[in-house]
Amino acid sequence: MNIIVCLKQVPATTQVRIDPQTNNLIREGIESIINPYDTYALEEGVRLRERFGGKVTAVSMGPPQAESALREAISLGADEAVLLCDRAFAGSDTLATAYTLARAMNKLGDYDLIICGRQTLDGDTGQVGPELSQMLDVPCVAYVSQIEDVADGALRARRMVEDGYEVIESPLPAVITVVKEISTPRLPSLRGIARSKSAAIPVWGAGDLALEPEKTGLAGSPTRVINVYSPQRTCQGEILEGDPAEQVECLIGRLKDAGLI
Amino acid sequence: MEYFLTEEQQTIKGLARKIAEERVLPVRAELDEREEFPRAIVKDLADADMFRVFIPEQYEGLGGGCLELCLVVEELSRICGGVATTYAVNALGCYTLIEYGSEEQKQKYLPDIAAGKKLAAFAITEATAGSDVSGIKTTAEKVEGGYLLNGSKQFITNAPEADIYAVIVLTDKTKGPRGASTIIVEKGTPGFSFGKKEKKMGIRASSTGELVFRNCLVPEENLIGRAGAGFIQAMRLFDRSRPGIAAQAVGIAQGALEAAVDYAQQRVQFGQPIITLPVVQDMLAEMAIQVEAARALTYAAARTVDSGARNLTEAAAGAKVFASDVAVKVTADAVQVCGGTGYMRDFPVEKMMRDAKVTQIYEGTNQILRNAIAMELRKRKGRTV
Amino acid sequence: MRQDDFKGIWVFAEQRNGRVKDVACELLARGRELADALGTDLSAVCFGHRVAGADRLIAHGADRVYMVDSQELADNREDLYAGQLAELIRQHRPEIVLAGATPFGRAFIPRVAAALGTGLTADCTALDIDAEKRLLVQTKPGYGGNVMAVIVCPEARPQMATVRPRVFRKSVPEAARKGEVIGVDFDRRRITSRTKLLTFVEEIAETVRIEEADIIVAGGRGLVKEESFQMVKDLASALGAAVGATRAAVDEGWAPYSCQIGQTGKTVCPKLYIAIGVSGAVQHLVGMQTSDVIVAINDDPHAPIFEVADYGIVGDLFKVVPLLTEKLKK
Repeated sequence: MNIIVCLKQVPATTQVRIDPQTNNLIREGIESIINPYDTYALEEGVRLRERFGGKVTAVSMGPPQAESALREAISLGADEAVLLCDRAFAGSDTLATAYTLARAMNKLGDYDLIICGRQTLDGDTGQVGPELSQMLDVPCVAYVSQIEDVADGALRARRMVEDGYEVIESPLPAVITVVKEISTPRLPSLRGIARSKSAAIPVWGAGDLALEPEKTGLAGSPTRVINVYSPQRTCQGEILEGDPAEQVECLIGRLKDAGLI
Repeated sequence: MEYFLTEEQQTIKGLARKIAEERVLPVRAELDEREEFPRAIVKDLADADMFRVFIPEQYEGLGGGCLELCLVVEELSRICGGVATTYAVNALGCYTLIEYGSEEQKQKYLPDIAAGKKLAAFAITEATAGSDVSGIKTTAEKVEGGYLLNGSKQFITNAPEADIYAVIVLTDKTKGPRGASTIIVEKGTPGFSFGKKEKKMGIRASSTGELVFRNCLVPEENLIGRAGAGFIQAMRLFDRSRPGIAAQAVGIAQGALEAAVDYAQQRVQFGQPIITLPVVQDMLAEMAIQVEAARALTYAAARTVDSGARNLTEAAAGAKVFASDVAVKVTADAVQVCGGTGYMRDFPVEKMMRDAKVTQIYEGTNQILRNAIAMELRKRKGRTV
Repeated sequence: MRQDDFKGIWVFAEQRNGRVKDVACELLARGRELADALGTDLSAVCFGHRVAGADRLIAHGADRVYMVDSQELADNREDLYAGQLAELIRQHRPEIVLAGATPFGRAFIPRVAAALGTGLTADCTALDIDAEKRLLVQTKPGYGGNVMAVIVCPEARPQMATVRPRVFRKSVPEAARKGEVIGVDFDRRRITSRTKLLTFVEEIAETVRIEEADIIVAGGRGLVKEESFQMVKDLASALGAAVGATRAAVDEGWAPYSCQIGQTGKTVCPKLYIAIGVSGAVQHLVGMQTSDVIVAINDDPHAPIFEVADYGIVGDLFKVVPLLTEKLKK
């Protein structure tokens, strides 16, 4: 199976702050990691390769330092990796990102399955996977929690819904997005780490991808972020004093007065 | 301190630490409580290529030496001594094979051990033979088809989980110390069974059991090296593996030191964290110095082994004795620093104290090793180069 | 096509087993306000088979309901729904399209946006109108809720947004409200699906459904052990409440994923939310901070949960909770 895993490098923490002067996120001193949901995607891709044979290629669209995330992906089992990097891609929203990724998929050629994590830690949109599938004109199964089987050019998978799960069958090639229930990501292996250090990771820019410039970067992004802020929380609550018995008494009183119990 | 580790050594150490913190830490208390073999962790170590560290490259290993083994053992021990023992004994179980085995034997067994598919163990101790290995009674009678083993082995680490056992047997009872040989016995061989699994004070995640041989026929080609070379092979084996035990002791002590410092920083008594009290600072400083000294000596001993030096006994034994004594003292002091809380099983240090003790005992009791060092001292008249 | 050619606000009304979901009505409530601010009309769009709900959608504020009824659409099928919705949008050109950010909504709406080459903002927590520019101003959390981003889609049309259930409140339905119901034929030759739904397996939560509960008692990491989570269940039982859990508690295995509240779980807004041993990490708060009354019980006075709690008890939950449960039983 020819498997492509899309991954994004994100800050290691969601405890980010906004610089009140520039209104931008403060990025110094924050480490970068592979988006956790993408590690599940990568793990699933590697497991599928172990089960069915083939190749796993990790792809990421990002700034030059995203290369370290791709090297980590190789240490975790990816066979190859490609970085999509170009100033022209800056400012991309999910639509422009999906378009650029789609061009890369076309360049990579014959794939059976594209695996994405369900959402990123920073953007939290969950849109790129389905948008990518639309642009590639392949089916998309989102929120996959288990791949039951791959046979005869089709995939049978469980995907999560609010009150349980559905079992869906989809022909390949297809895009799937995965949830964390799908697997426990493995640790890197020593041989994997050695391979990741010596691996050649090609960098593809706008010129390599036969892009229509108006569909990438800022130009290709229909949405615009016009403001970011840290939500302020006002503390108007009442702290109930006393020993446990008194606190409980007081609470019950308050809730009864409010007609809640 | 700066130990001038190569990039590769740092990678190995870093990955071992990652595995210890992410996979061992959450379950160590439960493994200890239930005396449960860490099967899932063995798989994690295998998947991460950790068992390849001490196997030569031509047998699908990564060709690491004694220092690399020590780095892994130290990191695992920092979190759990029992898991570290389970890992380290694999090296013990296959070193004789690596040093003295034939090409066929190495090709047959080492790749599976490297892949973590099969675990190894080493069996010399018997009821009548602990420090005095010459007291072994398990015989291997040469018969048609191979050797017929009869006897039993006691306190064998990784029994009954291991698949490959390097066993010291008497192939010639008349020759005394020159009558012992090392032979490989695979689990499942008819006549080879396991006796009871021991209940231990510490390293409870490690499985320790009895091997029983009753007319167990082992193929002739399973004998490693020359018949009669068993004790010499074992002595050389221990020279190589003792720094690993020293590393285990260093790791356990390191874990205890960290726990004690963390505790002392957040425990407030008399209006301040107890780490501000000179009596506590004194204890912690002494612990830290001892741990670092033990580490430095252990790494030096490991490097000596890797240098190919002929005479390793003093270095290996010295490191093991020193580090294990440090571990026992440091872990007890760590419990003391943590006071009442340190005594409670919900808190990790009492386990470290229980785990540390065995390092003074196995792979040569510290008393026997001091004797051995004294003998070497006499030989070299106490002089150094 | 000029922007001005796009008029009207649409709410995609998701249905399940022939019944329109509450989130559709919640969106219609806010949609009505947005439509009034723009001086335009509000339509609901519903796909399914024998869906009972057109009247309900009108009662909740829709001027018009586009109903596409077909056997193939009985189950939520991304390919079919995405294809049909994109088709309807191309035909009727609404300027704004809203949908619920349910698992299904989050999966199929991006496909519509990509098919139309337009902008989509998922998981909005607030929607406003800039009447002057005729823009939908979308606010959504990022970085797990630590940062709020305000987003617009200045040129592409329609402007699309998804909103989680329970973010908006349903309005009181007006039974007398009038509106048109327009049946649309499903073009099964042109709009096809490549995927097949084989089975659906329900995973039933043990107690009251969390999304509908008036009272929720949730437990977090502060409970320390699996056995202690029983205290949460006991208190919930005494109150006739649903049981909730933070991601930490679910990861530990103390409660099933269906109980998880927060960024990667459910969003709830009950009348009363009691958080036990919950620190109040932002990823959890985004899932419950719009609850009417929040009570927090935690031994850490600096826990962020106290910043959103209406009533806080700083104390040992192992003493407080059993006492509370006992008193309530009387």
